[in-house]
Amino acid sequence: MTGTMTGNMTGYDLLVVGGGPAGVAGALTAARAGLRVALLDAGPRLGGQYFRHLPGATDGKLHHGLDRFLRQSDALHASADVLLGHRVWTITRDPAGFTVQALAGEREEEPVALRGAAVLIATGAHDRPLPFPGWDLPGVLTPGGAQALLKGHGVAAGRRVVVAGTGPFLLPVAAGLARAGVKVAAVLEASGGLGLARHPVLAAAKAGEAAGYAATLVRHRVPYRTRSAVVRAHGDDEVTHVTVARLDRDWRVRSTETVECDTVAVGYGFLPQIELATQLGCASANDADGSPILTVDQEQRTSVPGVYAAGEPAGVGGAALAEIEGRIAGHAVAGLAVPEHLLLRRTRLRSFARALQEAYPVRPGWQDWLAADTLVCRCEEVPLSAVREAQELGATDARSIKLLARPGMGWCQGRMCGYAVSCLAGEAPQAPRRPVAQPITLGSLERISDDQPR
Amino acid sequence: MNQDGFEITVDGRPVPVRPGQSIGAALHAAGIRSWRRTRFGARPRGLFCGIGVCFDCLLSVNGAPEQRACLVEARPGDSVSTS
Repeated sequence: MTGTMTGNMTGYDLLVVGGGPAGVAGALTAARAGLRVALLDAGPRLGGQYFRHLPGATDGKLHHGLDRFLRQSDALHASADVLLGHRVWTITRDPAGFTVQALAGEREEEPVALRGAAVLIATGAHDRPLPFPGWDLPGVLTPGGAQALLKGHGVAAGRRVVVAGTGPFLLPVAAGLARAGVKVAAVLEASGGLGLARHPVLAAAKAGEAAGYAATLVRHRVPYRTRSAVVRAHGDDEVTHVTVARLDRDWRVRSTETVECDTVAVGYGFLPQIELATQLGCASANDADGSPILTVDQEQRTSVPGVYAAGEPAGVGGAALAEIEGRIAGHAVAGLAVPEHLLLRRTRLRSFARALQEAYPVRPGWQDWLAADTLVCRCEEVPLSAVREAQELGATDARSIKLLARPGMGWCQGRMCGYAVSCLAGEAPQAPRRPVAQPITLGSLERISDDQPR
Repeated sequence: MNQDGFEITVDGRPVPVRPGQSIGAALHAAGIRSWRRTRFGARPRGLFCGIGVCFDCLLSVNGAPEQRACLVEARPGDSVSTS
């Protein structure tokens, strides 16, 4: 199907981008209602980031709800076209519907185009890093990266690991590593003044799950410290130790100590992947955690007719909320009334998600952790001093800084540094503008324009 | 699922793989955590985001350059070269 249209002349009723909890729930709901549905995901298996697993793995200890998700996946394979290993790089709109452009095959790069009457954006999120001296040393990973290694590939990220950053996700990452036999030297939560026993997650709906993580940390004697952070990673070719700081409420350093470790898993919340939708013109806004998200109505419709969003792109809230939003979107696409219990459950989970975002804000003091030569942009190797020079030359916003000093102009297109650059510029993080969401060769582009029926 | 493991070669040296693992995960498990140098500062890089977003972990697989090690699932006999 080189560069040609997949599906029949009129295409699908619904194209779902993303095969995590939101995408699978949305696709399955719509397919069960009789719609012709195709789901595309870049990975080799359904599951997204949350339900990552090796083939055949059903270790319930590592994966809350994995068995249930796998049953949904089986049902979806039987009722819709599931296109794995498909990286969607753009979606275009015309009066008759939408065209999703993807590259199939993780190595071969076969251009594929699908037509659909509606689109569900269920593209999830990635970690939101903050730069600090040494954050580009090998051995420094994001918590999501450490979790992906463990759950998706059966590999412990290191032997002696410091888990740091902010947000409830640090708990399952640390607990998973401890259970895998890794020495977790410390869990450092930059926010809060509360200890593990008064962790906000324990006070709310996910208490059972969080209590399990907390008990695991206690059992493995993992120190859990609040108002603490990794402010520098040291080492020549790999991290060998870190400077750990006690922070004040604005995250300024009060005192420091050295902690030996071979690995750091550090991240400060999540950034939803919304660029496919914003390129379609979907409206966005900043969520309580500062991340740009898609604006959706009661039935998960974005501002562009025919485009729906579910899961993290509509606001970071975790797998349970993502699944509910997917099911709501599936009903809406199929023209079915959304069951009241789904709407109620979404309201509860969303208010919980909002409370968590407010409990773990990123405070401005992290900017003082950086030295002049600290890389802000890993790809283009742009140090803080270059960002400051650009500002002195009159670049007052993140976009001008990017044009002058090149942070965000490299391979990752600002996914890793964009949030930090916005903070350094003193502005709210902007919605991404990335016409091409995945790297694509000129050869593939040529084949698409040659082959495609117009 | 009881699938046997297999090997790939990394700069000519054998590295064991569990079926389903990415090349990056296999390297990491073998203690190889840095396999690229940056263009300007020649700084060492390996896995960072681990999910295909940061592009730090690029390497060549069977001659094809700039593959994301964290995403590409290893296949028996793959020949990986780092720079």
